[in-house]
Amino acid sequence: MFLAKVVGRVWATIKDPKLEGQRMLIIQPVTPELQPTGKQLIVLDSVGAGAGELVYCCKGKESSFPFLPVEVTTDTSIVGIIDELHVRRPPKEPAC
Amino acid sequence: MLIARVIGEVVATQHHASHDGQKVLLVQPLHLDGTDRGDAVVAMDAVDAGIGDKVLLVTEGFSAMTSVGRPNSPIDMAVIGVIDRVDML
Amino acid sequence: MILARVVGNVVATRKDPRLEGKKLLLIKPVSPEGKEDANYVIAVDSVGAGARELVIAVSGSSARMAEGCKDNPVDTAIIGIVDSVSLDETRKKG
Repeated sequence: MFLAKVVGRVWATIKDPKLEGQRMLIIQPVTPELQPTGKQLIVLDSVGAGAGELVYCCKGKESSFPFLPVEVTTDTSIVGIIDELHVRRPPKEPAC
Repeated sequence: MLIARVIGEVVATQHHASHDGQKVLLVQPLHLDGTDRGDAVVAMDAVDAGIGDKVLLVTEGFSAMTSVGRPNSPIDMAVIGVIDRVDML
Repeated sequence: MILARVVGNVVATRKDPRLEGKKLLLIKPVSPEGKEDANYVIAVDSVGAGARELVIAVSGSSARMAEGCKDNPVDTAIIGIVDSVSLDETRKKG
């Protein structure tokens, strides 16, 4: 999963029938310091996220699980809206 | 699986029902020299890890879901071990 | 599946109970010519691989199909020790 900010919304009339009624949002992945990182993505929303909110998203097959029993065609979904983020980066030291 | 450092915790009131009562961690995957490997990711905690711990991060859905006991939930990464030591051979 | 070299081992006392007794090895993917990648992964050993050995590793959900890894939280498993690799002569460089 990864952190992201909701930056937009997409509407499509013609789409896979399983996407009917699903909210499609545009997100910008961000770092823990809230700096944009990587490309913007279109994702499905399973928690009712809105513009500008900080969220966390799930990738892969697992991202369709919030919509079970319907197997929705998606590769990334918003699965939580973040209230607080506590970040404390420790000083650098070798991994081994 | 990857070596990662726990760098934070995420608080989210509104989330998928399967995430209820789970600790959500912010972890930074590491290279062997300790430098950051890509961006930090969000992972479920299966071993009660805390900020600063060096951990084992699993990046496959089934493993992640079952380690926190929530099958068929939207979880794609989990912290499944606290690393004591890495020996280079 | 990838070719990889065993470069280290990982010790973790507090871990998912299903990983108890499993050997966790640090492996680096290598090219068929034997050049080590800069990246690494941690794999569960299902064949008794040793230090600096060239191995075959499988990742993703297929890793759970390795011997003794059924329903375990494993995303990469070592499933073979390589005896030799033979390459098409035309692929060899320099």
